[in-house]
Amino acid sequence: MANSSIAQPTSRKGLFARGRGAGRQLEWWQQLLLQVFCLVVAVSVLFPIMWIVTLSFKEAGSPRSSKLEIIPSSISLSSYQAVIDQPLSKTAGDISFWKLMGNSFFLAAGVSFFSVMIGVAAAYAFSRLNFVGRKFLFLSIGFILLMPGIATLAPLFAMLAKIRTSLEVLRIIYFVLAGLIVAGLALMTVSRIRSDDFRAGSIAVVFGGLAVAGLLLWGGLGIDIPKNAKPFDLGRSLYGVGLAMISGALPFAIWNLKGYLDTIPKELEEAAIIDGASPNQIFFRIILPLATPALAVTAFLGFMAGWTEFALTARFINKAENYTLAIALQTMTGQYTTVSWSNFAAMSIMISLPVSIVYLALQKYIVGGLTLGGVKG
Amino acid sequence: MASAESSVERASDSDLPRQSWWTRTRTSRTAYTYLFPALIVMAIITFYPIVYQFWMSLTDFGPSSINPNVANYKAPEYVGFQNYRLILQDKLATVDADLNSFRFWRTLGFNIWWTFSNVVFHVSLGIVIAVLLNVEGLWFKKIYRAIYILPMVLPQLVIATIWRNMFDAKEGAVNLFLKIFLGPAFPEAGIDWLQRVEPVAFGLPLSYFAMLIANIWLGWPFMTIVATGALQSIPKELYEAASIDGATGWNKFWTITLPLLRPAMVPATILGIIQTFNLFHVIYFISGGGPLGQTEILVTQAYKLINGNSLFGIGAAFSVFIFIILGCISAITARISRVAESYDG
Repeated sequence: MANSSIAQPTSRKGLFARGRGAGRQLEWWQQLLLQVFCLVVAVSVLFPIMWIVTLSFKEAGSPRSSKLEIIPSSISLSSYQAVIDQPLSKTAGDISFWKLMGNSFFLAAGVSFFSVMIGVAAAYAFSRLNFVGRKFLFLSIGFILLMPGIATLAPLFAMLAKIRTSLEVLRIIYFVLAGLIVAGLALMTVSRIRSDDFRAGSIAVVFGGLAVAGLLLWGGLGIDIPKNAKPFDLGRSLYGVGLAMISGALPFAIWNLKGYLDTIPKELEEAAIIDGASPNQIFFRIILPLATPALAVTAFLGFMAGWTEFALTARFINKAENYTLAIALQTMTGQYTTVSWSNFAAMSIMISLPVSIVYLALQKYIVGGLTLGGVKG
Repeated sequence: MASAESSVERASDSDLPRQSWWTRTRTSRTAYTYLFPALIVMAIITFYPIVYQFWMSLTDFGPSSINPNVANYKAPEYVGFQNYRLILQDKLATVDADLNSFRFWRTLGFNIWWTFSNVVFHVSLGIVIAVLLNVEGLWFKKIYRAIYILPMVLPQLVIATIWRNMFDAKEGAVNLFLKIFLGPAFPEAGIDWLQRVEPVAFGLPLSYFAMLIANIWLGWPFMTIVATGALQSIPKELYEAASIDGATGWNKFWTITLPLLRPAMVPATILGIIQTFNLFHVIYFISGGGPLGQTEILVTQAYKLINGNSLFGIGAAFSVFIFIILGCISAITARISRVAESYDG
């Protein structure tokens, strides 16, 4: 980009310089001004981050400093140790740090895996197949995306909290999943036999699918329900939070993936269609392999949203054993008078680090996708 | 559409026997096979709750209407549009005394102003920084780019709690910084960023400005990234031609850079508007809507109704308002983007 962009009085000088093409040198004072500007911006970006990093390296429980420190003077990991040993204060509940992390991971990974898996099939239909009601369905998904998750919190909570008969519910879910898989396999088999395309690969898929369905059935049967057990409260469990989150995560996954699939050139499929490929073959052999980075990014965005999900979790969960990292962080900010700031800082960093590193690694793909259609974060 | 397609086929090959229904609906069937799992799941947990919400909003659904198996269960009763009326007339305090600072129109007005003021800063700062960072021959570009992406990389929830900490009235980083910067002019007792009730400017409390600072920090990098992408696709020849015609750098910015940035910036801005309008984390964790509900936005208010007060019926009615308002906003923004597109030719 030739010098165009800065407004400065000597752009006439720049005119001559431009003739020499790329690798242009800036005047020293232009360079200086720009460097000062960029440094100021960089410092303002880094200021909160350095503040929290410095705090986290203080001794656990050390008193607040009345001097501004944004560069750690000494490094002590005792705050991290303290948070790992006891993330919540005694009154807030007894739960280990690893359990918190496990809960958050279970929630985030489950939601993102589930929504991407069934989202990609729907996205393929929206992107490549023409069917009755396509536009209407897609627009209603777009409308859902505009709505904040909190706007459907009341009905979701009321619905899910009603389901509290027993662990029977979980078993039903397992059975329904197995039934869905069997139904899908049957449909696939029928359509393949009709198009004379039932080969070894299909047989393998059918057997694999039946095996998974069998596993689910077995798992459902295996759920152990003790007599006089407390009723299983879907609305008060992480399963319930996960379901409520999928209500927003699935439309997001469909929308996001459809945007990516639209960018895959159609020529590849056209060649395959000429060779007689069916929509199923196109989906499994062409689209899915090409969409792997998109799947990864969408799954990661879903994961990141789930990892720090607060609003739904705080409404649904009422037992300390089901707390997540986000809830724990909130209890630490809620009691600024009693909780040590260095513990809070260490907790924030431990929550951020895993997702931030992955974000940085996937950054190139994510940024392209964000503009395609991420409204729900 | 599959049916349209097959009717065209039939018209041209009229001597062929009419295709069976099974063949004609083939594409649609394949499509719905792919859609089936997603549609089932969304029908149950996405679309049905929206319908259920309308019903809930017409009842006095309260905390004891949730679970039919407990002793004090009270079935929700139909109350007509009473919830809507209570909200519009700010009379929620008659239901729950905690809600006496509830003001529907103030919250809506603040929400719109909050969105507008934030997005203006995000977009203008984003473009300016992208343009300056794109100047040829600038040193350390890569380092700056790596630093500038950091606010996007960290989870919003963590950022919000960090800023909440930094705006602490006593040993918060912002106060400590101002103490050094202002020296003796800094008030002895410190600045109470988040609790100070009296408005400081434009009738807005200090906590609004605190959150504005935090959210500007959070929001501009996204705009910079979008703008950088668009800047790098502007052909250099345009600038060269403009220079030959004697345009100054300032002219070129207004006549080349900005118009060519628009196709990328308009969708990003719309995204920014909708995200900022619903920005739960920043408001809820930094000011919590305070002081006295002055910085409440629609989502945080809805959340408090549902979570804090367990007024599900009223919360549902409030969410219906959010649906309507967001519907209007997205209709307006869609219209603006269409106008912008047609202007671009």
